[in-house]
Amino acid sequence: MWSRADLFGALAFIAAAALAPAMPAWLVSLATIAFANALVVLGLIILWRTGLVPFGQALFYATGAYAVALLGRYTPIRDVFVVVFAGGLCAAFVAFLVGFLLARYREIFFAMLSLAMSMILYGVLVKTEALGSTDGFHVEAGTFFGWRPHGDALDLAMYWLTLGFGAAAAGFVSLYFRTVAGALAIPVRDNEIRLEFLGISVNRLIHLELVIAATLAGIGGALAALAVEHVDPDMAYWTTSGGFVFVTILAGTASVAAAFVASFVFEMVRSIAVDILPNTWQIILGSALLLTILFLPDGLGSLFGRLAQTGKSTKKSVGEAAEKAGK
Amino acid sequence: MTAILRVRDLEKTFGSIVAARDITLDVPAGETVGIIGANGAGKTTFINMITGHLRPSKGSIQFGEHDITGRPSREITRLGVSRSFQVAQIFASLTVHENMCAAAAIAGGSGGTLAQALAPLRSAANLAQAEAAIELFRIAPYRDMRAATLPQGVRKLLDIAMAVVGSPRVVLLDEPTSGISIQDKFAIMEVVMSALRSRRLTVLFVEHDMEIVERYADRVLAFCDGTVIADGPPAVALADPRVQTLISGTRREGARA
Repeated sequence: MWSRADLFGALAFIAAAALAPAMPAWLVSLATIAFANALVVLGLIILWRTGLVPFGQALFYATGAYAVALLGRYTPIRDVFVVVFAGGLCAAFVAFLVGFLLARYREIFFAMLSLAMSMILYGVLVKTEALGSTDGFHVEAGTFFGWRPHGDALDLAMYWLTLGFGAAAAGFVSLYFRTVAGALAIPVRDNEIRLEFLGISVNRLIHLELVIAATLAGIGGALAALAVEHVDPDMAYWTTSGGFVFVTILAGTASVAAAFVASFVFEMVRSIAVDILPNTWQIILGSALLLTILFLPDGLGSLFGRLAQTGKSTKKSVGEAAEKAGK
Repeated sequence: MTAILRVRDLEKTFGSIVAARDITLDVPAGETVGIIGANGAGKTTFINMITGHLRPSKGSIQFGEHDITGRPSREITRLGVSRSFQVAQIFASLTVHENMCAAAAIAGGSGGTLAQALAPLRSAANLAQAEAAIELFRIAPYRDMRAATLPQGVRKLLDIAMAVVGSPRVVLLDEPTSGISIQDKFAIMEVVMSALRSRRLTVLFVEHDMEIVERYADRVLAFCDGTVIADGPPAVALADPRVQTLISGTRREGARA
């Protein structure tokens, strides 16, 4: 059931977890946010494969984040596992509701409608005093089965938590792609008529994918809110959605692991760009996107495939050479 | 013989245009029906109404014990009525084998529930079903080719194989030989008809080639101006003066019988 790529992915997650204590604090924080955002990108990859590009995934990201923040503010629930799941569930519920409308649209109409919905949430957040208005509000730090870490220990714990959720989500998405619904993504993009006449509702399939993608985005938002200990309306703003689309282009749809690598690369490039050009850092980020589209149109994920192919060819050449030498 | 398909007073209008009218017929189980008619005669409209692609303006369609009038195409397919298209509807980015696996996987889940959607695609049952259909329609040599690169005849076979993989009871083929060279038409029809007969399916096929209709149909429905003008065995229906004048072109208008 599990492939060699899955095994490499699992080893990479274990290595990333093991390296954490040796990493500088800034890198731990950066990687935590990068991996939380990678969950959103995983959801985008699911939708992208069906030919749908949502420009409003921040709707679900912000829903997950605000759910955690509100639980911390108005309830005694602090356990990170409970609140993160709650964030995912809230986002899934929102996606279930808006999905009845969104799943009926395709191409640019889907993209713009999803954007419109995220901007509605942004407007609500900005105008609602109880939700912190434009400033947002502080998020209570979580507990881990009753343990309440502080300082660097909290950062490390959040990093491991995010990595754990990331690994679980990556495993889930890998398995999902092997299911009937997951494997029908390309057929949806290719030919909806044939799918309908084989007996499946394409709209329902897209609705299911929206809910899965939103759950991942909600969990990502919840983790980010806990890591930063703050939420604000910008989490629902269109530039946040744009950032996720950017990372998805960087990752490509060929590999689940690429979502994490691309998200990490994106955060690193952005940090470095802000450091070098504090006021015009977007130039560096834009150039990075341009180069990706020009030289890696299928994203970083396609590199893994190429490397695997090169490995196979080298192995074959070595085998053939050994055979010839044997003769 | 028991009718598997019962059509009564079927009508379809698009504004003031009447695309189909007064269609009443029974199709017994296991029969192969050839549907003929000039372009715009209402053949495809008729097929589209039976398969749920178009909602009839009037009348009813009964499939076995089910009233399928105006029901969504996916529901009609799940009940056991499937179809192929004039332009082959296949998944161009996938290989022939992947196309068949997808079709088999969808056909395998009878109710479209969440559990079925989340079942593994490449299950032993789905793979076996896909392989059987590939063999039945003799497209095994193209197994690993992307559907977008297939020759027209193979595309047609793949389209029909995908329609049949779910074990339907009635199959409707919309111009199964359109776009295929004269030399290949009979070879393709031979493969299709032997495959469908081996599964004892009821078949309705739209065709412009009268030789093909004569050879493969048990019964002919001749359409003109949205209605059936002749209905009977090929020898009788094709000899009808109106059919010869308006459809097959073997008789000029005004000529004496």
